[in-house]
Amino acid sequence: MAADILDLVASVPFWVAVLRIGTPLIFGTLGVLLCERAGVLNLGIEGIMVVGAFTGWLAVYQGAGLWAGVGVAALAGAGLGLLHAILTVPLGLSQHVSGLGVTLFGTSLASYAYRVTLPQVTTPPTIEPFAPMSWLGVPVLSGETPLTLLALCAVPALAYVLNRTPAGLAVRMVGENPGAAEGQGIDVIAVRMWTVVAGSALMGVAGAFLTLSAFNAFFFNMVNGRGWICVALVVFASWRPGKALAGAILFAAFDALQLRLQQASGAGLPYQVYLMLPYALSILALVVMARRAAYPQALMKPYRKGER
Amino acid sequence: MRLEARAEVSRTLQVAAPFAAIVFTLVVCSLLVAWAGVPVGSAYLLLLEGGFGSGFALSETFTRATPLILTGLAVAVAFRAKLYNIGAEGQLYVGALAAVAVGGAGLPLPPALLFPLMAAAAMAAGALLLLGPALLKTRFHVDEVVTTLLLNFIALLFVSMLLDGPMKDPAALGWPQSVAIPAELELPRLAARSRVHSGLLIALSLAVLVWVVDRFTAFGFEMRAVGANARAAAFAGMPVQAIVVKTALLSGALAGLAGCIEVAGRAGYVTLDMSPGYGYSGIVIAMLAQLNPIAVVAAAIFVAGILVGADSMSRAIAVPTYIADVIVAASLIAMLVATMLARYRIHWR
Amino acid sequence: MESTVLTLSGITKRFGPLVANDAVSLDLARGEVLALLGENGAGKSTLVSILFGHYVADEGSITAFGAALPGGDPAAALAVGIGMVHQHFTLADNLTVLDNILIGTESLWQPFSRRRAAQARVREIAGRFGLAVNTRARVGELSVGERQRVEILKALYRGARILILDEPTAVLTPQESGDLFATLRELVTEGLSIIFISHKLDEVLAVSDRIAVLRNGRLVATRAARGTTKGELAELMVGRAVVMPTRARRAPGAAVVAVGAVHARDVRGHALLDGVDLTVAAGEIVAIAGVAGNGQQALAELLSGTLAPERGTVTLAGRAMSAQPRAWIAARVARIPEDRHAVGVVGDLAVWENAIAERLRTRAFTRAGFVRRAAGRMHAQEVVRRFDVRCSGIDVPARSLSGGNMQKLILGRALSVGAGATPAFIVADQPTWGLDIGAVAYVHQCLLDAAGAGAAVLLISEDLDEIFALADRIGVMYHGRLSPLRPAEGWTLAAIGLAMAGAEEAAHAA
Repeated sequence: MAADILDLVASVPFWVAVLRIGTPLIFGTLGVLLCERAGVLNLGIEGIMVVGAFTGWLAVYQGAGLWAGVGVAALAGAGLGLLHAILTVPLGLSQHVSGLGVTLFGTSLASYAYRVTLPQVTTPPTIEPFAPMSWLGVPVLSGETPLTLLALCAVPALAYVLNRTPAGLAVRMVGENPGAAEGQGIDVIAVRMWTVVAGSALMGVAGAFLTLSAFNAFFFNMVNGRGWICVALVVFASWRPGKALAGAILFAAFDALQLRLQQASGAGLPYQVYLMLPYALSILALVVMARRAAYPQALMKPYRKGER
Repeated sequence: MRLEARAEVSRTLQVAAPFAAIVFTLVVCSLLVAWAGVPVGSAYLLLLEGGFGSGFALSETFTRATPLILTGLAVAVAFRAKLYNIGAEGQLYVGALAAVAVGGAGLPLPPALLFPLMAAAAMAAGALLLLGPALLKTRFHVDEVVTTLLLNFIALLFVSMLLDGPMKDPAALGWPQSVAIPAELELPRLAARSRVHSGLLIALSLAVLVWVVDRFTAFGFEMRAVGANARAAAFAGMPVQAIVVKTALLSGALAGLAGCIEVAGRAGYVTLDMSPGYGYSGIVIAMLAQLNPIAVVAAAIFVAGILVGADSMSRAIAVPTYIADVIVAASLIAMLVATMLARYRIHWR
Repeated sequence: MESTVLTLSGITKRFGPLVANDAVSLDLARGEVLALLGENGAGKSTLVSILFGHYVADEGSITAFGAALPGGDPAAALAVGIGMVHQHFTLADNLTVLDNILIGTESLWQPFSRRRAAQARVREIAGRFGLAVNTRARVGELSVGERQRVEILKALYRGARILILDEPTAVLTPQESGDLFATLRELVTEGLSIIFISHKLDEVLAVSDRIAVLRNGRLVATRAARGTTKGELAELMVGRAVVMPTRARRAPGAAVVAVGAVHARDVRGHALLDGVDLTVAAGEIVAIAGVAGNGQQALAELLSGTLAPERGTVTLAGRAMSAQPRAWIAARVARIPEDRHAVGVVGDLAVWENAIAERLRTRAFTRAGFVRRAAGRMHAQEVVRRFDVRCSGIDVPARSLSGGNMQKLILGRALSVGAGATPAFIVADQPTWGLDIGAVAYVHQCLLDAAGAGAAVLLISEDLDEIFALADRIGVMYHGRLSPLRPAEGWTLAAIGLAMAGAEEAAHAA
C-alpha cells in the first residue's frame, strides 16, 4: 500500500492532476485572501465562482475566444463583488449575511440564466476548452492549461503587490487599523471596495477555470463547495499568498490521492467517504489554525467614517 | 456619504422594512422575467395565483411552508445568539434519517409513543450535528459559518451513504431511498384531497413556544443577552459557553424536527432530494422576520408561496422556475438594506 | 518676529442636541506651544479633530499658513503641514514601524515603494529629535513610550509644521513625560508650533507658552503660562472655586479581601500580575494608582471573578474565591467595570433587564424558569429612583443612556444587593472616567457612603486627584507588581510619580 502511494506520488500524471485540481483553489484562495487582508470577509465566493463558470462558458459558447471568456468571467465576478462591497463597506451590513446572500443570488441567477438561454437542452452543450501547453516542453506544466500558469504567476505577483507597493500597504493598513489609515489620508471606503472587487474578479476566474479548462460544459452543482474550502484555506495560509499556494497544492494533492485510492481500492469504503474527506480536511485546517491565527485586526469590523 | 443612527427607531419603519424589501425585489426581478421574453404583469399574476390564488394553491403553500417555518425558527433562534447556523440543511437531512431509522425499525410500541420517539430522535440528530461547530466556536474560536456549511456537504454524503447501504429500501427499484415508516406514523391530512398535514400545526405551536421562551423565560433572556453582548453577559455572571451550546442544541433540534415532519407528512421515506434548500431558505426567512418567531411564520408562508407559485407559473409560461430562488435570494439582500435604513439615516453630504 | 500660523474662527460643532464646540476662536503663532486645557467633555478633542479633518465644523472657518483649510479632509490637513498625535494611537500592531510611517505618503499608483530611502529619512529625523526606534520592529511589540515616538515620527516624516498632541502624557510615567517635553522643546527651536491638549495643570504650566481654557464647549479664557497659577486655571476649568475635600479618618475593620502572592497571565502567556499581595479591610478605601497597562485591569478582573490566577490565593471573608462571576455576585461583591459600554451593560437589552441581569437566576427574579417581570421592573424602578438614572422609562435600550447615567445604572445595580444591605466589597475600576462634574461627585459620594457603612472598597484610578480625595491607603502598580500600601498622608505626588515609573527604592525612602 505504501509502495503504491510512493509510486503514485512520483508519477507525472499525478502532479498534473494535482495542479489541475489546485488551480481553482489557488485563484479562489487568493481572491478571499485579498478581500480579508482589507478587512472584508467575502462569503460570496461560492456564488461568484458559479457565476464566473457560467458567464465564461456562455461567452465562449456564443462564439467568443477562450481568453475573452475568462475576461467576461472576471468581470462578472467583479460585478457581484461590487454588490457585496457596497453592502458591507459603505453600508456596513453584516459581512456574513451579505456574503451568503450574494452566494444564493449568484447561484440561483446562474441557474435561471442557463435555463433562459438554453430552454430545451437536457445534456449540457460543450465547448472547446483550453488545450494543454505541450509546447512548453517542461514536465508536469506541459500537461496544464495556460490558466494554471496564470494562477502560479499570480501568487508571487500578489505577494509583491501586497508587500512592496504603496497600494498593497494601503490594503493591509485598511485591514489592520482603518482609523489610522484614514488619519494618513487614505480613503478607507474606496480601498476596501476596490480590493473586494479585485478579489472577486479572481474568484470569477476560478469559476471560469472549471468550465473552460477542467471541464468543457456548465452543469449545476459544479462548484460543489470549493468556495468554502478556499475560505478555510485562507485561515490555514495565515493570509499569506505563498502559504495559500502551499495549502492549495497540499489540499489538491490529498484530493488527487484519494481519487486514485478510490479507484485502486475498488469496493473498499463507500465512495461517499472519499468525497467527504475534502470537507472534513477543511474543517480540520480551520481548527488547527484557529489557535495560532494572526488575524487582520479589522477583519469583519465595518468602518464608519468619523466614528471615533 | 455618512450613516447616522436614528435617535429612535420607529415601530412603523421596522414593520415596513420586510414589505419594502419584497416590493423592491419583485421590481428588480421583473427585469429577469422580461429577459425571458414574457410580459411581467401576467407572469407575476400567475405567480401570485399559483401561490395564493385558490384553495389548492393555498394548501400547497401551507404544505411547503411547514418545514420552512421550522428551519426559519432554527436559524432565528441561533442568529439571535449570534450563532450563525448555516447548517440547517444538513441538520434537516440527518433528522429525517434518524426519524426513519426509529420509525421504520419495527419497534413494538404504540404509535402514540413511537411518534414522539421518532421526533425526539430527529431532534437529537439535528442537535448533535450543530453541537460540533458550536463547541469549536466556544472552545477554539473557529468561525461557525464555514464549519456548518462544510458539514452540510458531509451530512448529505453521509445520508447518501446510508441510503445506498444499510437503510436502502430494497423494494424501491434502484432509486436510493430509505425504508418507509409505517402508515400509522404518518401525519394525518388536515383537509381531504390536499397535501396539508398536521405537521403545520406542530410547526405553528413551536413558533409560539419559541416566542414564549424568548420573551418570558430566563433562558430566553440569557440567549438575547449573549447574542447582544457576550462579554457583558459573562461579566454579569451568565455561563456564556453553556448558553451558546444550549442555543445550538435548540436550533439543531428544530431543524432536525423539520426533517422528521417532512418525512412523516409527505413521502414517508427519505430521498436525497427531499429538501430543495429548505435550510438555506430558512436563513432568508429568519432575516425577513427580523429574528422574531411569530414573524417567521408569515415570512415562511410568503417564501413558500413564491416557491409554489413559481412552479405553477413555469408550467404555464416560459419562465424557468429558478426565478423563485432568485427572488428569495434577492429579498435577503434587500431585507438587509431595509433593516439598516430603518435604523440609520443616510446623509449624502 | 512671531507670525500667526493658524487661525480658528467661530468654530461650532453639534452632535445632535449636544454642542461640543461653541463659537471657538483661537490663533497659534510660529514657534509657540499652546495648551488646550479643560475637563473631560469640554470640547478639546472635538476641536482638534475638526482641525485635523476627522470631523466637519457646522460653522466657522480655519486658516492655516495664510490659506483657508477645507474641512473634513485629513489629506488636506496633512498637505498643509498639520500633524496629529492621537490619544489612542492610530497604529497597526501587525505591521512594522516603517509601514506605519510610510502609509499614505506615496501615491497608490506607484508600482513600488521606496523603502530604503524612507528608512534613511526616518533615521535622520529620529536622530535629530531624540526619537530612537527600530523601524523594522512590529508595532505590536513596542512599549507604549516607543509607540508614541512612532506617532510623532509619522507627523514629522510628513513635514508637519504644526503638531497637535492629544493628552500625550496619559500613558506615560513622569520620567517619560519629561523626555517628551524635551523633544517638544527641540521641535520648537526648529520653528514648529505645538498644540498640546491636557487636563493636567502641572504639565500645562511647565511646557506651554499660552493656555486656552475650554469649558462646556466654549473658550472661557486665554492666559500666558507665566502669568497664571494652578488655582486660577482650575477655577477657570471648573467654573467655580475648587474645594479640596477632607476625609475623616476611620479605624478600619476586619480584613475582607485578601490577595496572596497572585501570579496571572493572559491568553498569550504574557505576565499580567507578578506576585501581588493586597488586603482591603471593611470600611476602608484602598486606591491603586499607576499608568494604564501595568496590571490594574488584571487586578480588577481578578477581584471581579473574570480572571483566574495562575498561582496564589484570593479570599473573601476567609473563603477562597474562584474565577466565576456568579460566585462573586453571590458573595455580595459590587463590581464596576472599566468599560461600561463593552462590559458593563448589554446595550440592546432594556434598562430594567440590565438592572436585574446580575441576579437573573436568583429566586427573586426567576421562578420555574420564567422571568418574574413584575418583580424585576419594580427593582429597576427602585434603582433608577435611588441612583437618579435619567432615562425615558425603564423599557428603553440601555445603550440610549448617556455615559453618566449608564454608570449610575451600573453603580445602582452593583450596590443594590438586597433591600438596604451594603455590599461586602466594592471593586471600582475607573468609575468616573468620562463623566461630568455632577456625576463624578455623585460616584465619589456613593463610594464614601458605602465605606462609611462598612464596605471594603478598592478603587483603581488614573486620576491622582480622585485618589487623594478618597483613599485611606494607596498603592501603585508597575509592571504587574503592587507597591506596599501606605496611608494617603504617607505619599507625596513626587513619590507616587516615582513609584509609577518603577523606582521602588524611592517609594520606601519617602
